[in-house]
Amino acid sequence: MSRRLLLKNGTVVDPSQNLTAKRDVLIERNIGHGTRVIGKIVAVAENIVAEDAEVIDCTGKLVVPGLVDMHVHFREPGEEHKETIATGSAAAVAGGFTTVCCMPNTIPPIDSPLGIGYILWKAQNESKCRILPVGAVSIGLKHEMLSEMGKMCEEGAVAFSDDGAPIQNAGFLRKVLEYAKICDLPVMLHCEDKSLTEGGVMNSGRVALSLGLRGMPPEGETIAIFRAVELAITTGTRVHIQHISVGRSVELIRMAKEMGAKVSCEVTPHHLVLTEEAVEDYNTFCKVNPPLRTREDVEMLIEGLNGGVIDVIATDHAPHAIEDKEVEFEKAAFGTVGLETAVGVIIGELVMKGKLRLERAIECMSTSPAKILSIDAGTLKVGASADVTIIDPNLEYIVEPSEFKSKGKNSAFIGWKLRGKAIITIVNGEIAYCEMKRGES
Amino acid sequence: MSLSTQGVNHAPYTMAVSAGLDGLRQIKKLERKDLLGMHDLSSEEVELILDVADCMKGAMSNANVLSECLRGKSLATAFYEPSTRTRTSFERAGKALGMSVTNLQIDVSSVAKGESLKDTALTLQSVGYDAIVIRHWASGAPHFIAKYVSASVINAGDGMHEHPTQALLDLYTMRKVKGRLHGLKIAIIGDILHSRVARSIIFALSKFNSELVVCGPPTMLPRAFSEFGVKVAKRIEEAIEGADIIYMLRIQLERQRVGLFPSIGEYAKLYGMTLERVRLASEDAIVMHPGPMNRGVEIASDLADSEKARILDQVTNGVAVRMAVLWLLLGSQ
Repeated sequence: MSRRLLLKNGTVVDPSQNLTAKRDVLIERNIGHGTRVIGKIVAVAENIVAEDAEVIDCTGKLVVPGLVDMHVHFREPGEEHKETIATGSAAAVAGGFTTVCCMPNTIPPIDSPLGIGYILWKAQNESKCRILPVGAVSIGLKHEMLSEMGKMCEEGAVAFSDDGAPIQNAGFLRKVLEYAKICDLPVMLHCEDKSLTEGGVMNSGRVALSLGLRGMPPEGETIAIFRAVELAITTGTRVHIQHISVGRSVELIRMAKEMGAKVSCEVTPHHLVLTEEAVEDYNTFCKVNPPLRTREDVEMLIEGLNGGVIDVIATDHAPHAIEDKEVEFEKAAFGTVGLETAVGVIIGELVMKGKLRLERAIECMSTSPAKILSIDAGTLKVGASADVTIIDPNLEYIVEPSEFKSKGKNSAFIGWKLRGKAIITIVNGEIAYCEMKRGES
Repeated sequence: MSLSTQGVNHAPYTMAVSAGLDGLRQIKKLERKDLLGMHDLSSEEVELILDVADCMKGAMSNANVLSECLRGKSLATAFYEPSTRTRTSFERAGKALGMSVTNLQIDVSSVAKGESLKDTALTLQSVGYDAIVIRHWASGAPHFIAKYVSASVINAGDGMHEHPTQALLDLYTMRKVKGRLHGLKIAIIGDILHSRVARSIIFALSKFNSELVVCGPPTMLPRAFSEFGVKVAKRIEEAIEGADIIYMLRIQLERQRVGLFPSIGEYAKLYGMTLERVRLASEDAIVMHPGPMNRGVEIASDLADSEKARILDQVTNGVAVRMAVLWLLLGSQ
């Protein structure tokens, strides 16, 4: 391996320095502690000459800060038949992601410093990307006893979450938010009022009525968000609202932000593109929670992204065994994989169609989540860790799950023709994924 | 799903009875493997099924001819929910056409041991039936099975979704009494939300130029129903005024336990059909009900026993309609 890596002639899109221009990027790799390589960005400029460097010709490609996915489920420990840190991280780098946050709803849940340590130890040995563990807010995700957030923070947790088991009791949620202030990490909330959604399997409305399926009304989300942002204001704790799906949720979060709440939120690629109509024909791969909503919701979510109310695009990558999906719709598991289709969906369906600016897309998939997590990522500034994604914005491909690195083949986008794909993913200066011919010069 | 209806010639159906088996054989088959719902049938297909049902009804006395129709073909019924009239009606229809009929005992079969629906479907495929009639608690279960079997799958009721042969026999009865399916006012009263019968009838009748009005407790009648081209009436009087057909749905009494309506008494008072209320409808209005009835709740006993009610006709017509469905899926050209 050459000590230096030169990304030549690409279009650098780096929202952290407001830069969209033809630039070369020079990466230097040094041996750090032990045998691990530490890669840093040492120059971003026009026509860099570095004779000893390995050169990657990026002509016609986008060179962006490594993508950060704040919301994935790698199912390890406990459900390794669905995904592991090894396979999930392989899917991540194949999709252009250099950093992911693993949700704690594993078996057992990650609710202790030991759990955080386990994830980090597994990641060190088996992961192709950076893995940032998220701790559970309560022991066993049961909403009875607070988890050891302080110790988990010291062990390396980057956030706390109730994902997979939304907190129903406002009193307990308030306690969680108060206590979480000890380490100033964000609390990520899956906002769902179960008294409104229990038994539901898709958005309530015309399509659910037509298919004879029980609905999950939009207010199941909005009421929980209202409660969450109200408590964010009163406690002053940083709250990150996960996967919003309803148009009115954007409005509530905009109001909360205006009122000074330290609140951020995310949206998934599938909620930005698909509607409840994708469920027609009982397609269980489109059974997700929160459910796919209406065209108006999709439009308001896109508007929320453009207007800055929605901060982050996160995949909620939710791999499942095929036997959990090839069943009656009502019995099927919720969730779709997303790591390996996110770039194609966002670039192909939104950026290329003029609905979202490229710079904003990259910001929401890299710079902005890195900022919320306070991590060294999301930038190509000199001195930053060399996490870089090279995207071919014109590469077209058909989504074929057998080609996924993920064990989860349950994609809501099977058969879609997408445009835009990560072709090289560099994690800490090392090439973690490559589907392009390379030559040293 | 678009379907070619060109070449459907209505003339042969009336000839079919006199011409016996050969006449029936000349009828063009439905261009679909399965009957999963009324939603995707065209009005031409609906009329075709009703026409053939007419032939079947007329030919009932000629049992020898009929029993040659589907001789050698096999029918399996798989009922994941209890049923008397639908299952026996399919069984009679299949046997009348000469089919061998197997009633799978779901509660004692592998399903009770936790077999998945996919494996049940694959097993049915290996046994090799020509038609499978399925009733299932899950909406979409027949659609799921249809993907795995080459047999014709007939939906005999799936969750809250559809019950197409019930809608067909109801339309048959309506057409028989009224002579047409267009230009009618039809009121459907009761628990629309949870009723697969209501959905199938709404999907079916919306293909014809008739006025559909639904009415029921607001907790069981979501506003979004108006998007199906039906009128949602607030009061029952408004719904049945001038109606040609009043279709009463069965109220499932367990809905009260989950708090969707306060009491049987209030339901009966607000939404129950009585001889007095029927006077608001058109003079020759008929009252229908898919059964089994809750007498004194959604329908008054004296009304149910009056000649306004066509509830037993519905049951009788069920066999002919199901014979027509089996024939059009399996037998005709």
